[in-house]
Amino acid sequence: MKQGNRFWAWLVFGVGTTYFVLPLVATFEFSLRKRRGEYSFDAYRSVFGDPNFQATFTYSVVVAVFTILLGVLLVVPTAYWIRLRLPHLRPVVEFITLLPLVIPAIVIVFGYIRMFGSNSALPFLATARGADALLVIGYAVLALPYMYRAVDTGLRTIDVRTLTEAAQILGAGWTIIIARIILPNVLIAVLSGAFLSFAIVIGEFTMASLLNRPAFGPYLQNIGANSAYEPSALALISFAITWGCMSLIQILSRFAPRSANRPN
Amino acid sequence: MAEPFLSIQQVQKAFGATTVVQDFNLDVEPGEFVSFLGPSGCGKTTVLRMVAGFEEPSAGKILVAGKDITRLKPNQRNVGMVFQAYALFPNLTVAQNIGFGLKVAGMPKADADRRVAEMLDLIKLPQMGDRYPYQLSGGQQQRIALARAIAPKPKLLLLDEPLSALDAKVRVSLREEIRSIQKKLGITTVFVTHDQEEALSISDRIAVMYGGKAEQVGTPFEIYNRPATKFVANFVGTLNVLEGTVTDAASGKVRVNSQEVSLQGKLNGSKSGDTLSLALRPEAISLGRHPGRDSSLSGEITEVHFLGSVIRVRVGIGGSTVSLDTFNSPASPPPAVGEKAEISFSSGDMLVLH
Ligand SMILES: Nc1ncnc2c1ncn2[C@@H]1O[C@H](COP(=O)(O)OP(=O)(O)OP(=O)(O)O)[C@@H](O)[C@H]1O
Ligand SMILES: [Mg+2]
Repeated sequence: MKQGNRFWAWLVFGVGTTYFVLPLVATFEFSLRKRRGEYSFDAYRSVFGDPNFQATFTYSVVVAVFTILLGVLLVVPTAYWIRLRLPHLRPVVEFITLLPLVIPAIVIVFGYIRMFGSNSALPFLATARGADALLVIGYAVLALPYMYRAVDTGLRTIDVRTLTEAAQILGAGWTIIIARIILPNVLIAVLSGAFLSFAIVIGEFTMASLLNRPAFGPYLQNIGANSAYEPSALALISFAITWGCMSLIQILSRFAPRSANRPN
Repeated sequence: MAEPFLSIQQVQKAFGATTVVQDFNLDVEPGEFVSFLGPSGCGKTTVLRMVAGFEEPSAGKILVAGKDITRLKPNQRNVGMVFQAYALFPNLTVAQNIGFGLKVAGMPKADADRRVAEMLDLIKLPQMGDRYPYQLSGGQQQRIALARAIAPKPKLLLLDEPLSALDAKVRVSLREEIRSIQKKLGITTVFVTHDQEEALSISDRIAVMYGGKAEQVGTPFEIYNRPATKFVANFVGTLNVLEGTVTDAASGKVRVNSQEVSLQGKLNGSKSGDTLSLALRPEAISLGRHPGRDSSLSGEITEVHFLGSVIRVRVGIGGSTVSLDTFNSPASPPPAVGEKAEISFSSGDMLVLH
């Protein structure tokens, strides 16, 4: 490679890194200045000590887990069936799963409130549990584009039809086929979809706030409006969580089983 | 003939408007090894998949041991199948793959383990139980696939071009292994291939298929030596075809390139003046006149290929070319291109193609 090229490549890389890292460093620096005249972790201590932090964070983690379960139960059989029996519908389904990227969450949630209000036929919003369930459903929709893509990509690496037929002729029914053959072979893909879902759910504000749920997103917003140093600490904590999820996906994909259908 | 074990009766299959299998009939005896042989797209896989239950016939019936299974689901048929693309479960070990059908059937673990070990011995891979499919060669994977198919003791074994993804050497050794295991277990087997040598070497009987129909069903010997149709004659083995004109139907005289041969009793129904396609296998022709060979034609040598123990010679006779093989003999030099030559054969070996 020519010397000049290399210089420009490094320059672009440097500018990009600065653009990305500088705000983080600045935020981190600021979050350490709660105590006058010296650096300290006081802001973090106060965040972790806040019972509201613990409650909302736990709530969001539980919601995330249910979102992932719902997403897997919905997406794995659907993507599998589309690949197996209805391949001509794939473009249509792919388009539908992309809709949540185009339709703002606020539109979806207002739709929910109108559809499932206390006076409707399906009064999800009449009880707290119902609202929780609706939140999970809403999050599953928001995570759909990521979940579907991840699972569909995973299914592409195995010969779905032949493996299904091989299992069928050995006497297996659909439950066994999905649970013992299909799911294990796309597990890594499912996990990466799951971590993406988790990252989305943990910091989500719009739906949680409008459905009036005690989630982590609205808590972040509330703290941000009412104190100085804690929001910076929280921003970094959220960032670390999201980043941790992404790294886990990377690590897990190293362990992806090599497929018999792609002999080395 | 004994009571057939597998009976395919007037089966048809259409995908939309195109009929890909028509009027397919075949009876397979218990313990028999039958091959479907035919060119790509002739419907071999489709028939096999109907027997397995992956496709439903548009018409006709399929019986196993006298019981109509036409509408049963694949997982209710107790049939073993080996696929072209190995199709081992990548997430399971070799032993788990072989034991899959046993586990699904609810066999107690100790019995299943014993059966898996037995199968690993049978395919001569006793140490491989703990490996994963990606750690095995193609030939090993296909042997595992065979073991997995026969572990639950199926009534019927179906193999769809199980060897076509393997290299030539492995292909030959594995086909012999499949045949010997099949004989040992006495399991009724249908084997799909488009490789005629494969079909001829391991089958009890062959169904030669073309355009969704069985053109001829017979032993390898019958298929090769007495092909029923032009297609079978051309598809199986190498064939020299000569055009001939019937000059005297009563005495069986046929003119080939202004030379006459006598085909008494083989013309069934042809009249004088008819044009016939006459065919000869290379091994039925010799160079020069030989005692016991009642017919001969003369021509000119156009090509000589020295292949070691065998010399393949091509002789031009009028507008046609005939291939024949002679053995190499160190004592005499091979024939040369351009020499005049005479070929001889028994008129009894000549096939009249209809
Ligand atoms: N699901 C299907 N839908 C439409 N047409 C099909 C389907 N399956 C097979 N066909 C057609 O049926 C014909 C026979 O196919 P089949 O797979 O049985 O051939 P084959 O003899 O096994 O060929 P090959 O040696 O290439 O495997 C082909 O023309 C194929 O295009
Ligand atoms: Mg085929």
